[in-house]
Amino acid sequence: MTALVLVELDGGAPADASLRAVSMARSLGDVGAVVFADSAPADALAAYGVGDVYLIESSSLEGYAPAAWARTLAGLASETGATAVLAAGTDRGNEVLAHLGAITGLPMAANCTLVTPDGGQTHRLVRHRWAGLLLEDAVMEAPVALFTVATDSVAAVPAEAPSAVQVHVHKPELAEADLAVRAVESPAGAGGASLATARVVVGGGRGVGGADGFAPLEELAGLLGGVVGVSRVVTSEGWRPHKQQVGQTGTKITPELYLACGISGAIQHIAGCAGAKHIIAINTDPGAPILAHADYAVIGDLHQVIPALVEALRAR
Amino acid sequence: MEILVCIKRVPTVGGKIAVTPDGQEVDTRASGFSISPHEECAVEEAVQITERAGGSVSVLTLGPADAVEQLRGALALGAHRAVLLETDGREFGPIATASAIAAEVREHGYDLVLLGNEAADTGDYQVGVRLAHELGWPVATGIKNLLVEDGSVVARREYRGVEEAYSLPLPAVVTVKEGINLPRYPSLPGRLRAKRAAVETSAPAYAAEGLRKEALRVPAVASHQAAVLGEGVDAVPALVKVLEEWGVLS
Repeated sequence: MTALVLVELDGGAPADASLRAVSMARSLGDVGAVVFADSAPADALAAYGVGDVYLIESSSLEGYAPAAWARTLAGLASETGATAVLAAGTDRGNEVLAHLGAITGLPMAANCTLVTPDGGQTHRLVRHRWAGLLLEDAVMEAPVALFTVATDSVAAVPAEAPSAVQVHVHKPELAEADLAVRAVESPAGAGGASLATARVVVGGGRGVGGADGFAPLEELAGLLGGVVGVSRVVTSEGWRPHKQQVGQTGTKITPELYLACGISGAIQHIAGCAGAKHIIAINTDPGAPILAHADYAVIGDLHQVIPALVEALRAR
Repeated sequence: MEILVCIKRVPTVGGKIAVTPDGQEVDTRASGFSISPHEECAVEEAVQITERAGGSVSVLTLGPADAVEQLRGALALGAHRAVLLETDGREFGPIATASAIAAEVREHGYDLVLLGNEAADTGDYQVGVRLAHELGWPVATGIKNLLVEDGSVVARREYRGVEEAYSLPLPAVVTVKEGINLPRYPSLPGRLRAKRAAVETSAPAYAAEGLRKEALRVPAVASHQAAVLGEGVDAVPALVKVLEEWGVLS
């Protein structure tokens, strides 16, 4: 049995979300990784139990074209006799697997946290609904199980021993229509470190009070090597751009530390930050819902606490 | 420019979310319903496009008879025509949903179909893509900036700090995300017009799919309350100590 995983790269290394998908795939069979790049991080993948890497070089497919990536996965799945094809539950992973579902006519389950073979063509699975606020127990009947893996629920765990890995350069058979929609990439504006992958996120909510209240949060984020994230009210008030929004309709984050300042903790916001390893809340309200999800809390006004924290960190 | 916007009626979830005793649905006894957030932005985007370039906006939902409430909400925001694909209460999967929408698109003819990137409740992430494949149209997903040109659209999104631009010839399918615009509040005349508007109704056939829901449940989370480090600036030394222990200051 073979499970193929679409592996996305982040600066040449396997993306964290993809390693989570690879870790889950090990329980489904021999793991083959599909990488769209000119070179593959074969050793890093072997450490997570990948035995075969299928490398799709830019000479056959330059840039991101979701339908073409899906067509490539469809071809590889039938060549290898794969019984499962997985991707990370990222924007790209969900998009490519949706195309693969449409191309093959098979069902696709997005954002799974557990997938178990149940004999024949049956898989039992658990997946996110409401961005993880609810779990769905479901059964999938399909010759090839297609699914994505929730980015904030499954751990990336190295294999007990690295596998012997073989890299195969693969030339996909593509039709012109597969290449009709492709991304033209250019550097995004201000932003720098990505919210989705930041190690520290300093969150600001209604308690920040207005568009001009974010300078101390930016300063603190800078000191901690992190970025600023915000709640939905902050973007709907137009205080900060939507790309900084943490939550169900914004970005899901998985930092080591989420410092939630002046954020009450609506459940749509919790859906976005539940993957944080540690949460500290700074809030004037000791009854704020965010406290039920935080490790520690400081009861107080962020406008006093954050400058004092910045000062203390600068003095170290 | 003829635009179809597909919306979904979902429970309005506020402080907490609960499941009915049979585990089949979200408990809505204490909540109302609303349009899934990405789709509210899709309605606004379509209205803005037709305000600039002319044409009309049709809004469609697949759901129970009560989903007329959300269609009227979209009409109040400026959509011109409403279509209800009425279900018998069963939850259609993404394949059957896409196929029912495709039938309406073929019958009426549109230049552009907008959907939300994913519905707030089911989070399937695939109806727009399946619809595009069924129609043989190009599709872009997760879009946060849309520019309509003569006979084509340029759709932009950001991914891992890089901006991606997709150029699609029309007709096309585009799924959008919250943040593409700030939806307006419905005007009073808009609400009155919506109240009186006719809703075209048909009943697509249900078909079972290879992915079958068994039950919904609230994830088990160890119930706890944060340990309070202190009040106000007096808590800062304790806060710094915790950050040191966790290794985030290195």
